[in-house]
Amino acid sequence: MNKIIRFIPLILFIALGIILYRGLALNPQNLPSALVGKKMPEFVLTQLLKPKVMLTENDLVGDIKLLNVWGTWCVYCKYEHPYLVDIAQSGRVALYGLNYKDDRADAAQWLKDYKDPYLLSIFDPLGKLGIELGVTAAPETFVIDSKGFIRMKHVGPIDGKVWQEKFLPLIETLEKELKGTTS
Amino acid sequence: MKSLIIAVFFLTFSVNAWETDTYVFNDEVTEIRYKTLVKELRCPKCQNQNLADSNSPIATDLRREVFQLLERGKSDGEIINFMVQRYGEFVLYRPQVSSLTYVLWFGPALLLFIGVIVVVQILRKKPIKKEAVILSEEQKSKLAQILKDK
Repeated sequence: MNKIIRFIPLILFIALGIILYRGLALNPQNLPSALVGKKMPEFVLTQLLKPKVMLTENDLVGDIKLLNVWGTWCVYCKYEHPYLVDIAQSGRVALYGLNYKDDRADAAQWLKDYKDPYLLSIFDPLGKLGIELGVTAAPETFVIDSKGFIRMKHVGPIDGKVWQEKFLPLIETLEKELKGTTS
Repeated sequence: MKSLIIAVFFLTFSVNAWETDTYVFNDEVTEIRYKTLVKELRCPKCQNQNLADSNSPIATDLRREVFQLLERGKSDGEIINFMVQRYGEFVLYRPQVSSLTYVLWFGPALLLFIGVIVVVQILRKKPIKKEAVILSEEQKSKLAQILKDK
């Protein structure tokens, strides 16, 4: 009995070591979003390319919506841009943009120079809707279901791998949910 | 090449003049509350800086948000809730007591308690009885001799 007790500190030490060692591999930037499962927040902002058009959360229509937070100042937004174009062309989801803390003219030029994958972009120069959504920096992408609930938040750029591993499974689930409700 | 070196030199040693917030408060109490809140709240982007110390754009925005919420007469609790609802518990340097944070809050006290128990146990253990040493006559006289010399 005494011998076992003597080994307890060593066992505890090894257990703690394993836990801490595994902690090293975690990405501290991966924070759970506080918004998953909540409704898309209300907002009133102008449309990026049509400054006179006011948008609200009701203007985001579609069964499965992607809201992509972007800005011309954001390097990774350019990296993910071709993937967004592909996603928009697939027609599987409704892709909306949230132009975050940007200049309207610059952003419009950006969309002209590259390609505008968005059905429309919300213009949020002060990052007001960004705060409502808990955005920390661009790019971030939200998946919103047909009832307007946020189902996932992805921080960082989208590329083929992220799309395959993170987005597609959820989109398939959402598509199944939709079929379930219509039939 | 030379100009490049010079450019690098100046870039390295240039002092960044950050835009500082210049909020005007209605009264001193609000200002103190503001300062406490931005110290208590963690910048969601920069891991280990509070809102007050961070220069990141999001921290600037959130400081403005805190200021505006104070202006609108929100209580400290409401402002903290506002942040937690959007950015999660991560923004709190002092996390709320919940089933997730029990270990964090009560772990150290528990460890201290265990430590005290262990120490008490060790101290209460009766010293092992030493076997009586039997000295021979010769040893006894030797001992007496040594003690006498002292």
